[in-house]
Amino acid sequence: MSAAGESRSGATAPAPGETGEPFPADRPRVVVFGWGNVSRGDDGLGPLLLARIEALAHPHVAAIEDFQLQLEHALDLRGADLALFVDASVAAPAPFAFFETQAREGMTHTSHAMAPEAVLDVFVRVIGETPPPAFVLGLRGETFDLGTGLGEAAAAHLDAAFAFVAPLLERPDAALWRAAAARLSSQPI
Amino acid sequence: MFRLETAENPQTLRRIAIDPVTRVEGHGKVTLLMDDANHIHQVRLHIVEFRGFEVFIEGRPYWEVPVTVQRLCGICPVSHHLAAVKAMDLIAGFGPLPATAEKLRRLMHYGQIVQSHAVHFFHLASPDLLLGFDSEPTRRNIVGVAQDFPEIAKQGVLLRKFGQEAIRHTAGKRIHGTGAIPGGMNKGLTQAERDEMRRDIDQMIEWALGAVHMVAALHRTKPEFYNHFGEFESSMMGLVDADGALDFYHGGLRALAADGSTIFDHVDYGTYEEVLQEEAKSWSYMKFPHIRSLGAETGWYKVGPLARVQVASRLTTPLAEIERKKMMQLGGGKPVMGTLFYHWARLIEALHACELIRDLLDDPDILGKDLMADRGERRDEAVGVIEAPRGTLFHHYRVDENDQVTFCNLIVSTTNNNQAMNEAIRSVATKYLDGREVTEGLLNHIEVAIRAYDPCLSCATHALGQMPLEVDLVDADGTLVQRARRNMREAR
Repeated sequence: MSAAGESRSGATAPAPGETGEPFPADRPRVVVFGWGNVSRGDDGLGPLLLARIEALAHPHVAAIEDFQLQLEHALDLRGADLALFVDASVAAPAPFAFFETQAREGMTHTSHAMAPEAVLDVFVRVIGETPPPAFVLGLRGETFDLGTGLGEAAAAHLDAAFAFVAPLLERPDAALWRAAAARLSSQPI
Repeated sequence: MFRLETAENPQTLRRIAIDPVTRVEGHGKVTLLMDDANHIHQVRLHIVEFRGFEVFIEGRPYWEVPVTVQRLCGICPVSHHLAAVKAMDLIAGFGPLPATAEKLRRLMHYGQIVQSHAVHFFHLASPDLLLGFDSEPTRRNIVGVAQDFPEIAKQGVLLRKFGQEAIRHTAGKRIHGTGAIPGGMNKGLTQAERDEMRRDIDQMIEWALGAVHMVAALHRTKPEFYNHFGEFESSMMGLVDADGALDFYHGGLRALAADGSTIFDHVDYGTYEEVLQEEAKSWSYMKFPHIRSLGAETGWYKVGPLARVQVASRLTTPLAEIERKKMMQLGGGKPVMGTLFYHWARLIEALHACELIRDLLDDPDILGKDLMADRGERRDEAVGVIEAPRGTLFHHYRVDENDQVTFCNLIVSTTNNNQAMNEAIRSVATKYLDGREVTEGLLNHIEVAIRAYDPCLSCATHALGQMPLEVDLVDADGTLVQRARRNMREAR
């Protein structure tokens, strides 16, 4: 547990800025979502990167793990100054993509999972405020079979993504993150 | 042979595939075969290959299974957790659970029902998602209804959150919970946890009731349409208690025919193979279960909210029972069969689950400390069944002398509904697409029928990035003639 909000395991309830242990006031507050299923091969990239981020023990970072993004994650964004969405991706270039994103109405054919943009849209509709600047870190994955572990290539992508994001979490500033995204020239995926 | 299941001369027909592009191969896809005059000859819904589930479980120690199975499905892990632990109670030789342990499991399960139904409710509350049809008057009416329920989206999200809190307090965690163990529970409920949920539950009941009223109001805008969209006759199955009331957690299997007559009742689910049979078809990875005594042709059935509230003789909570009766009156003495009634029934169930949670929270047993059953003779085979949010869920296991699982058979809700979903989209295709130029708006009708069942198309997976719907039109030679790629995350 690195700060207020739910732990990776989802073991505590209060959302940032709601109740429970407050964020420190000296640095902007970051909520990091990492989602996926570690029992489905490279689908575990999100939770595995989240585990490394949590191990940094930054008091201004709340790490939230789930199987997939859903409606209630909008509530976890309350009080946050920055949001980071971390997931495996079949569309990202190897080793990863990093870009800023925005609220966008989510139309899907299923209620099973939401895109980061849809979660931000729920924030707008439910909280009635502008969501914090939000960035997506999509790690390239290749295989997603049930009962398999992380593939060799995905493991390298995980290392590369952590090396990239760790300094950003040290300096949670939207302008700096935008500059990092611009240097990477990632296209939204 | 099912109508529209297999065309006589498929090589002469055009093929349209509605294919949600996701990261795992074999996800849901709809294919339609049409002739040059746009008449439909074949409609099939191909759903996820669940083949890996059993292999994933076999070889593991039985006591691990209630935790491991949660990784099968990121949508309803609690359902798998509870179905598995019910089987493992028996394998491990435990007798009836203490009242507190069973009530805590029920609280966890009802929380799962609320949070799952609330997600659907949220999407339902968005008129464009529910009925993105091309009829302008219909759209105007729906928007009008939505304006009468301005807080519906917020309430949906908070209902979802409440359900998850019930899970967290009973399972120990929101995901990867370990609350239920063979023989009982490993965590009791604290007074503070109970009080926190009790503080909010009356508000949840009020919101759930409001959601039911919203769907009823939507129905009144165009009753003929809602009554008959995706309508087809089928049998239905669900769990009921000894008095015939709906029981989400435990009971006997009851199946009714389309006219409401009884096919079987109070069947011990441990003997499910005596009344149900699974059939494989060459064109689908997913099996097609049916009622054994009726055969494959006529023995298929519906499960899930619409089946459950009609199979049951009653609901045990007052507000939900009133709403159930209102909905069923529309059938004129027979079960209602329109696909869109699934939405209505789902919200009645959400209301019922909220009322059940309130009753549990007011029950002194819920704070008890006796969490484990007495242990008797171990078994080597057992079945656990619950009513998961999408329908009846079977877990069947055998273990060897080393406590390792040697056999595992899961019949998940979406498998139980396999034929029914195919019938739903065939009904829609026949009524709205046959003989017409296929447009995106018309194809959306197919999606609406699928969405009503909310099938588990992507167990434990998701997709980052665009999740478009691809529609391919292929000529008789297999050459791609046209591809429309619809980005489902359209910008505002």
